[in-house]
Amino acid sequence: MVKVKVYVTAKKGVLDPQGKTVESALHSLGYKNVHGVQIGKYIELKLDKRSDKQIDEMCKKLLANPVIEDYRYEVEEA
Amino acid sequence: MRFGVLVFPGSNCDQDCYNAVKNVLKQPVEYVWHQATRLEHLDCIIVPGGFSYGDYLRCGSIARFSPVMEAVKAHADKGKLVIGICNGFQILTEAGLLPGALHRNKGLHFVCKHVKLRVEQNKTPFTSQYKKGQILNIPIAHGEGNYICDSNTLKDLKKNKQIVFTYHGENPNGSIESIAGITNKQRNVLGMMPHPERASEDILGSIDGLKLFQSIIAH
Repeated sequence: MVKVKVYVTAKKGVLDPQGKTVESALHSLGYKNVHGVQIGKYIELKLDKRSDKQIDEMCKKLLANPVIEDYRYEVEEA
Repeated sequence: MRFGVLVFPGSNCDQDCYNAVKNVLKQPVEYVWHQATRLEHLDCIIVPGGFSYGDYLRCGSIARFSPVMEAVKAHADKGKLVIGICNGFQILTEAGLLPGALHRNKGLHFVCKHVKLRVEQNKTPFTSQYKKGQILNIPIAHGEGNYICDSNTLKDLKKNKQIVFTYHGENPNGSIESIAGITNKQRNVLGMMPHPERASEDILGSIDGLKLFQSIIAH
């Protein structure tokens, strides 16, 4: 059994209004040195055994929308 | 012209669409549950607004895998009409029936108000009863209506005259080129964020959406 950790983030160049808002909130808290805040999604799932082909397929079909989002994943022993 | 209004768990504009078609336009219409697989007897499919599957993951991302969507694809492939309104537009982009995607409004707010729409194309089955350049008063109600696509897709949309509606004046959601509605290349599938069914009777404050349905009937 493996655990798959999928991270979905906005594609480069796609506006992330949540990230922008959180960034300006951090600035107003005094953390003026903060840049590039991005809000994404974290998805965890378990597989009986590792299959990168299947993980990629699931990410492209459902977990991420390739038009506006990028994804990456990590696999570890569950 | 026989209409079908799809119903997903979480659809909430299905009854408004049904009402506009049946009681205002006096056309035959039926609800189509998302498990249905046969649409051969219908001429125009309406994918209504709402929050299908609670908008979980991404708006429309789960609904696109409902059994009925395969039938909707087959229906569209035959050249028959499909219109997606609001969440319906999101479902059609997720399903690949329309290019691009709809993401979070630029201002983050859910925007619910009447807006001005400009008719950019009237040579479509959905807009033939409008004049090109006509300004319409139609409500929007969405949090994720910010249309986006890559530059090549945008070029294609312009070249093929697929941009049907744009916001006139203020752009409420930050969509690229103020896009409010597009068709596919073949012009038989339309997606739009504004709600024509909510502008189909005087009591609703506008009847500017009526001609969209009348165009479909005249097609």
